[in-house]
Amino acid sequence: MIGIVDYGMGNLFSVSKALERLGADYFMSSDPEKLAEAKAILLPGVGAFKDAMDQLNSLGLTPFLKDYAVSGRPLLGICLGMQLLFENSNEYGFAEGLSLLPGTIRHFPGVDAEGNSYKVPHMGWNKLKYQVPSPLLDGIEESHVYFVHSYLAKTDSEIINASADYGEEVPAIVSRNNVMGMQFHPEKSGETGMALLRNFINMSESKVTL
Amino acid sequence: MITKRIIPCLDVKEGRVVKGIQFLGLRDAGDPVELAAFYDREGADELVFLDISASHEGRKTMVEVVKSVAASLAIPFTVGGGINSLEDMKRILRAGADKVSLNTAAVVNPDLISEGARFFGTQCIVVAIDAKYDEEIGTWMVYTHGGRAKTDKTAVAWAQEAVKRGAGEILLTSMDSDGEKQGFNLELTSAVSNAVSVPVIASGGAGNAEHFYDAFSRGKADAALAASIFHYKETSVKEVKNFLLSRGVNIR
Repeated sequence: MIGIVDYGMGNLFSVSKALERLGADYFMSSDPEKLAEAKAILLPGVGAFKDAMDQLNSLGLTPFLKDYAVSGRPLLGICLGMQLLFENSNEYGFAEGLSLLPGTIRHFPGVDAEGNSYKVPHMGWNKLKYQVPSPLLDGIEESHVYFVHSYLAKTDSEIINASADYGEEVPAIVSRNNVMGMQFHPEKSGETGMALLRNFINMSESKVTL
Repeated sequence: MITKRIIPCLDVKEGRVVKGIQFLGLRDAGDPVELAAFYDREGADELVFLDISASHEGRKTMVEVVKSVAASLAIPFTVGGGINSLEDMKRILRAGADKVSLNTAAVVNPDLISEGARFFGTQCIVVAIDAKYDEEIGTWMVYTHGGRAKTDKTAVAWAQEAVKRGAGEILLTSMDSDGEKQGFNLELTSAVSNAVSVPVIASGGAGNAEHFYDAFSRGKADAALAASIFHYKETSVKEVKNFLLSRGVNIR
């Protein structure tokens, strides 16, 4: 079973329905003890970083997620859920993240290197450019996925599996061993998104060590 | 770079799609779920559902519609119409919609934009603006209540204020162009798009594929919405996208 972390932030409905369509068993919970039994954890999230961390902290989910990451089982953060995996963010005030991945979360500057301004949020379909190979990308061509975010990860290139071009190179899929994140919404990204989630489900079902 | 988006809009009344859609092969052309799936297959980048129910019952039905659509659709969708409070937003977003669109309610109570943005994030809050040109003043004015009531706000200034308050996107309908099929209002669209830092969806006036090209090039729109030309099969999302591709527009 895949455990979806329910901490009051965001649209669990779409994510859970996507897993259902893919035939994956899942449950939603905010209870660390129950979630600890999951074969894989999905951390969704929409909203502000600080609010989300406050929620995780008050529910006792922060130490749980850190322990879970050490257990070696797959952990996938989506959108804000991905951002929470990093060290900190300055969205609505500075907040510490889960520090499972190296780097910080910063606002899009809204101006590119040539001084051209662009719109924020980064909203819509953008094309993935593959970087460091990952089993998440197996059998999937570089194609468009749906992004909605105003903040992006500043991180090491060695953990970036796919990026998108929006004013700068935006980390789109990141991972270090079993800890993975997607900045876009796979559950809203048509067939490509479904295929990415399918690969995540396969990881949770296989005995492959990540 | 990010692609330009094509967005079909569906009017829903008491849980059923109205303005009938003339498609063969659909079991039930009034079923929002089936139509959503159809447009998804056609390559629509997003969908907008506009609840035009007048009754309380109709509004409750809309929540059920949103749930069924969210359960089957793997592209984002926005719901507008009859959203007047934070509670209304919660109901619709928790049922699985990705964004809510505020129109009259945002003009009457602009704090609703900020409250919604703070609670759900700016990316969930679309402010819909119905605008009509005023010859005397020489600019576009904002109308509410389905275009029946004129306000003292100019479209550009209101768009800017809405964004300042937390709107993540502007859905801009030209009342002058709407229904005329002579193309989107490019002057209005570019004026608003240049004035705000968030994406602008052009709406009103689509008659053929070329009009979409104009909206993106001269109109500076980030997305374009149409209803009847898709519903009545005057063109299809696929056709529009093929045309845009041939003109070098970045699309999905």
